[in-house]
Amino acid sequence: MNFVSGDWNDTIDVRDFIQKNYTPYDGDESFLTGPTERTKKLWEKLSVLLEKERNSPGRVLDADTKVISGITSHPAGYIDKDLEVIVGLQTEKPLKRAIMPFGGVRMVEQALEEHGYHLDPEVKKIFKYRRTHNESVFSVYTDDIRAARSSKLLTGLPDAYGRGRIIGDYRRVALYGIDFLLQKKLRAKIKFDRMTMSDFIVRKREEISMQMEALEQLKELGAIYGFDISKPAKDTKEAIQWLYFGYLAAVKEQNGAAMSLGRTSTFLDIWAERDLKEGRYTEQEIQEMVDQFIMKLRIVRFLRTLDYDNIFAGDPVWVTESLGGMGLDGRHMVTKMSYRFLHTLENLGPAPEPNLTILWSTRLPANFKHFATNISIKTSSIQYENDDLMRVDLGDDYGIACCVSPMRIGKQMQFFGARANLAKCLLYAINGGIDEITGKQVAPPYKPITSEYLDYDEVMNRFEYMSNYLATVYTKALYMIHYMHDKYNYETLEMALMDERMKRTTACGIAGLSVVADSLSAIKYAKVKVIRNEKGLAVDYQIEGDYPKYGNNDDRVDKLAVMVAKMFMNDIRKNKMYRDSTPTQSVLTITSNVEYGKNTGNTPDGRKKGVPLAPGANPMHGRDTNGALASLLSVAKIPWAHCQDGISYTFSMAPSALGKSDAERSDNLITLLDGYMQATGQHLNVNVLNRETLMDAMDHPEKYPQLTIRVSGYAVNFIKLSREQQLDVISRTFHEKM
Amino acid sequence: MTGRIHSFESFGAVDGPGVRYVVFFQGCPLRCMFCHNPDTWEVSGGEEYAAEDIVKKILPFRRFYDHGGGVTLSGGEPLLQLDFAAELLEQLKKEELHTAIDTSAAIPLSMARKAIDVADMLLLDFKAFDSALCERITGKPHILEQEKEYLEYCQSTGKKVWIRHVIVPGLTLNVAHLKALGKYLHKFSCVEKIEPLAFHKMGEFKWQKELYKLSATEPPSVDEMKKVSELLGSY
Repeated sequence: MNFVSGDWNDTIDVRDFIQKNYTPYDGDESFLTGPTERTKKLWEKLSVLLEKERNSPGRVLDADTKVISGITSHPAGYIDKDLEVIVGLQTEKPLKRAIMPFGGVRMVEQALEEHGYHLDPEVKKIFKYRRTHNESVFSVYTDDIRAARSSKLLTGLPDAYGRGRIIGDYRRVALYGIDFLLQKKLRAKIKFDRMTMSDFIVRKREEISMQMEALEQLKELGAIYGFDISKPAKDTKEAIQWLYFGYLAAVKEQNGAAMSLGRTSTFLDIWAERDLKEGRYTEQEIQEMVDQFIMKLRIVRFLRTLDYDNIFAGDPVWVTESLGGMGLDGRHMVTKMSYRFLHTLENLGPAPEPNLTILWSTRLPANFKHFATNISIKTSSIQYENDDLMRVDLGDDYGIACCVSPMRIGKQMQFFGARANLAKCLLYAINGGIDEITGKQVAPPYKPITSEYLDYDEVMNRFEYMSNYLATVYTKALYMIHYMHDKYNYETLEMALMDERMKRTTACGIAGLSVVADSLSAIKYAKVKVIRNEKGLAVDYQIEGDYPKYGNNDDRVDKLAVMVAKMFMNDIRKNKMYRDSTPTQSVLTITSNVEYGKNTGNTPDGRKKGVPLAPGANPMHGRDTNGALASLLSVAKIPWAHCQDGISYTFSMAPSALGKSDAERSDNLITLLDGYMQATGQHLNVNVLNRETLMDAMDHPEKYPQLTIRVSGYAVNFIKLSREQQLDVISRTFHEKM
Repeated sequence: MTGRIHSFESFGAVDGPGVRYVVFFQGCPLRCMFCHNPDTWEVSGGEEYAAEDIVKKILPFRRFYDHGGGVTLSGGEPLLQLDFAAELLEQLKKEELHTAIDTSAAIPLSMARKAIDVADMLLLDFKAFDSALCERITGKPHILEQEKEYLEYCQSTGKKVWIRHVIVPGLTLNVAHLKALGKYLHKFSCVEKIEPLAFHKMGEFKWQKELYKLSATEPPSVDEMKKVSELLGSY
């Protein structure tokens, strides 16, 4: 291989390889090629299957009931072997869902039953003798955790499904081959030894041996498809194929909540550039490999329960791929491969997966900015995250896991913690820890507020107490969950593709930030009268007068949102984290804002019981009345220092409001993104759609098989959302000009 | 001094060049048949703001407007509150923000100059290039003549103008009419752009039902709009 050598030759250092070898691309998209005949045929075949899947009960085309999924559990599978240039499926058939019962066999059984399948008795038998993550967590849960969980103060905790949000450095497979990785793991294992034993050393040694087993199996997975991946990839095709085998092994082993890909395009471009130069492959051939690789990523599937679908709608996998960004040396990291990845949205049409994420910097090349925003406007399939903000802490080789969670690739992981419902927490503060819907005492009893009108200082005083309590119960639960996840459902393959010593975070999250901010604003700036039921429980609120609303760049209320985010994060920080991880927080709900809203009573901002909370850090629907930039600047104030797991903002705009021509729309979107990022906004989902299109799609889903829309942190096929979620999306603020 | 304001839009992408803050003034002397903002007509409506408070509202966003964008005073008819508009424009100018007035020339030029002179450009709405039709559309006489005066004034002072013209089938969607307008506008080097705007009925719900005369009129088709652009000539 004629790559520039460096540290990466001796130690595992993918970043060093990239920095020494990549070629920034400043040109435009004119070099790109359309799909090949093979790709078109393959996509047609797949489209038929995808349609069948959409029309199947519960949208599950087929499911395994017998074979416990693992890296080598299934024979080779193909869509059409003759047409495929990149191969590998999770099971022996496309879209057939595998079972992964180590997280919890009951969930697997339930998911199968819900879709009309039955778990093989043999599998059930195995789990008479083997504990799972799920049952172990519930066996140790304390009463306060159970109460907070069943009252929906805490929701979506990964105690009944795989935690995910771990990114294996799949590039290592291509760059080093399995043998070198095994050698390095063996060396690391030998180093973990001391004169006296400790839990730490034993655990490390066990983990590394599991990782080594996983690497051996990964090699075997290659062999099942006829490849020897013990050595480094020799050309572009092998590099993509090796990398994909790494990812495939991960999604065969783990049904994680988010199984993200990392930051692969610029890495892969190094091979492509060399092969183009040396005449090994043409541009057309390379695009074909990319199209087909992406096609594979589009059909990753997991078997999930209907409950899970209610929280995370539309079958998301979060195959998040991070593109672009700037290097620490000042060169941008856009390559031709960044273009090729985005171009798949044109060659294959829009799609929610992979979750294409642009690490935006004001300094990205103008041509790329135009290309990306144009595709964004056409497909609503791209999200943007602030590289200028994140690069400071995370360097230039990090990627986004799931929606908005940044982590250094191969050097950092998180213990995913779903989220706490802060809107409900505020209601508990008013009601002395009693649930406003069930009337049950959930938090420790204390004096409820009894005055006719809410007093800001009194409410804040109680709220601070309740926030502190919630943070304690929450982090206790997370500690237990991840302890058990490591023990019973350890991600052997993903961890095998990471360093032995890594940074770990415990990623907490909050829902309902805008409801809380608006409620506090109403209490502070208007008069809020409490309506109590016969038991004296505050169940409704009457607002007299107007109050400043979050989303209008009004500091009076925006500062309340900032204060609340800070307060809860600081309360989290008071607690001990599993494996001494660093606590972080996200303001992200995905589609669960609908579910949280259902379980939250009337709130002092005037929101009615059952009405969805705003997603992520969005202002409440329709309350941002000063136009798009005002709401953007409000969101940008939410402090990154206290929300290092991401701050999600989903933004919808009618094409006619973004500009009069394609060129104007692209220019204006660039201005908007540059300004938002300069204002230190972290994340932006951009939908450029007409409300009417969505309404038509609700009534005629068959006309819109590929209609993609960004929701909090990821994209979904709009027609796969539940009717409730569709209505929620439509009711959100659309920036449209009349 | 305070002015009456209907609303604000921090991300105006269709009212002048680039991304702009749009201040929608309350009050309009015209009663255009196709108006999509009849809620801005009534002069006593809206909310009162001081010019400096509006500037304060705008400044946090200025990084968005510094790349070829700026601030547009729209409405309503912004020049109806002439002194206030002039004061606001002065203050915006002091902040070095690019300014545009979106006007229908409903105020005589002799008065309006005071504000026009301060603004960087005009978005001049030509309702119809025919006096009778113009009066029928706007409900007021002499509007076309005033529009022409505005344009000639801008030509003499070198002020940049974008012409806007709403295309309504049955009213302004007429080949001879559009040709004549195009020919007339071509004489003016100050006109940088002509924007034909397709009539739409998204504002119909804001009208009193019996007053809205265009319920049966359909928006022009994409092809018709293409033809219109050709007729008006491309700048």
